[in-house]
Amino acid sequence: MARTKHKMGRQAKIEERFFYLFISPWLVGFFIFSIGPIIASLFFSFSTYDVITPPRWSGLANYRGLLKDDLFWQSLKVTTYYSIGSVILGIVVSLAIALLLNRNIWGVALFRTIFYLPSVISGVAVSLLWMWIFNPDFGILNYLLWELFHIRGPAWIMSQKWVVPSLIIMSLWSIGGGIVIYLARLQGIPTELYEAAEIDGAGPVSKLTHITIPMMTPVIFFNLIMGIIGSFQVFTQAYVMTSGGPHYASLFYVLYLYRNAFKYFRMGYASALAWVLFLILLALTALVFESSSRWVYYEGG
Amino acid sequence: MNLAMGFEWTKSRRKAAADIVTYILLFVLGTIILIPVFWMLSTALKADSEVFLFPPEWIPKTLHWDNFRRGLTFLPFGRYFLNTSTITLAAIIGQLLSSPLVAYAFARLRARGKNVLFMLILGTMMLPSQVTMIPVFVLFKMLGWVDTFIPLILPNFFGSAYFIFLLRQFFLTIPPELADAAKIDGCGYFGTYSRIYLPLSKPALATMVIFTFMWNWNDFMNPLIYLSSSEKWTLTLGLSRFTGMYGMTAWNLLMAASLVTILPCVVLFFFAQRYFIQGIVITGVKG
Repeated sequence: MARTKHKMGRQAKIEERFFYLFISPWLVGFFIFSIGPIIASLFFSFSTYDVITPPRWSGLANYRGLLKDDLFWQSLKVTTYYSIGSVILGIVVSLAIALLLNRNIWGVALFRTIFYLPSVISGVAVSLLWMWIFNPDFGILNYLLWELFHIRGPAWIMSQKWVVPSLIIMSLWSIGGGIVIYLARLQGIPTELYEAAEIDGAGPVSKLTHITIPMMTPVIFFNLIMGIIGSFQVFTQAYVMTSGGPHYASLFYVLYLYRNAFKYFRMGYASALAWVLFLILLALTALVFESSSRWVYYEGG
Repeated sequence: MNLAMGFEWTKSRRKAAADIVTYILLFVLGTIILIPVFWMLSTALKADSEVFLFPPEWIPKTLHWDNFRRGLTFLPFGRYFLNTSTITLAAIIGQLLSSPLVAYAFARLRARGKNVLFMLILGTMMLPSQVTMIPVFVLFKMLGWVDTFIPLILPNFFGSAYFIFLLRQFFLTIPPELADAAKIDGCGYFGTYSRIYLPLSKPALATMVIFTFMWNWNDFMNPLIYLSSSEKWTLTLGLSRFTGMYGMTAWNLLMAASLVTILPCVVLFFFAQRYFIQGIVITGVKG
């Protein structure tokens, strides 16, 4: 302990050299793919840049343009709507399923596999599958709604009103990852807590609200932050399934950013969009952190 | 006495009732989860004329296995498969060469500035990729590497923050006494890493390989940005261009091609389920 305090020994110096040698791949990558691009991106966001001609400084023009851009506001609205719906429903549903899977019953491993399965098939294949499921005339969803409940289903992703709810429903199909995280935490809750509560005469409901939910709040907190970040970065579904339509009703933020960058080659404007996205995520994360002292329960804290 | 027995009796009855309710709920929810998978398989095996039938058929009259051949030859899927495999394999090699070594240094070596650097790693995990996406594209464009696989492969050789974090956590669980013993036997820092830490970390390395596979196999945005000529497309790019290539989308062929695309991921999942679960639980990142 003491030898690291003042003068570094020969051995410590060698160890330090090896440390920097071993982390050098990451360190180099950090400059090329993180720090460098962050600075460049900030600079681009204050310039007009089309990749072909060098960037020209344009001050706050991009950011001012954003405020007057109806599509920017539309994309923000669409993404916020989706984010609120998919994050809240995702947490509630995956927590509920995790509670069911946590019961000590026969065959539970099979169900765990079933619920996790959809999350391994992600991206384009899932988007195509759900396009077909949501098909208003020949899709399985509207058929089942009619067959089981005699409801005439909407046009789903072809409807301005229903396109975002459709994508929220679709997001609930792949919540297996969240379930696994909740399940791991549930299995870590000490059984003594429940035994003590039973002696005090607590029923199942009060055990849930007084033990399980409070013990789960750190994981809910974590999933809330990851969920917000993830839902603001939705791209593949919107690109493959709806192209942002109908009539911009699913123009997700990152889809709009992508179009500006790689379709219209407005790299400066797209960089400004990226920074606004970053600031929004930072603000939302800070907000959740700020609120956490009121609802997140930490053991011994 | 009687009262206690009555209490026990209602308790076990209550448990039985709760079990039945749990089974019913799990069964209903499980069915809802499986319907899309079944629908995918059923559509893939339908005759062209059966696809647009209402009411739809759950099980086609005859199973048209031929759809798989038609779906895969309609577009050059063999080429896409090869491209995707090349990129994925190279990405895995890159991660294996870089991330564990960096993670080992962070877990076991002492150096000034280590904590600050580790905070930076955690910080990059929070940074949305959209911020760096445009300058990185510009960089690869200046180097003349757009429309090659290099932009999709090269970044993996510099390690990934997620895997460095995951492996560091794992290395910390390996008793340092083992490293000391290796040192006495004349192992240097690299020897300790390659002969002690790597062999003991197979489960964590398997998790990393699986996740690298999944991310690269399913990646859409990066191939979309970087690969323009169709002979370089990946499976996800090829699939996304499939819709509307006939006047009306040939859903049976599309579902057949999609099934083949996801098959490696599903097979991998069934054989390595515990590594998936482990990766998620350690990092909290959902696949």
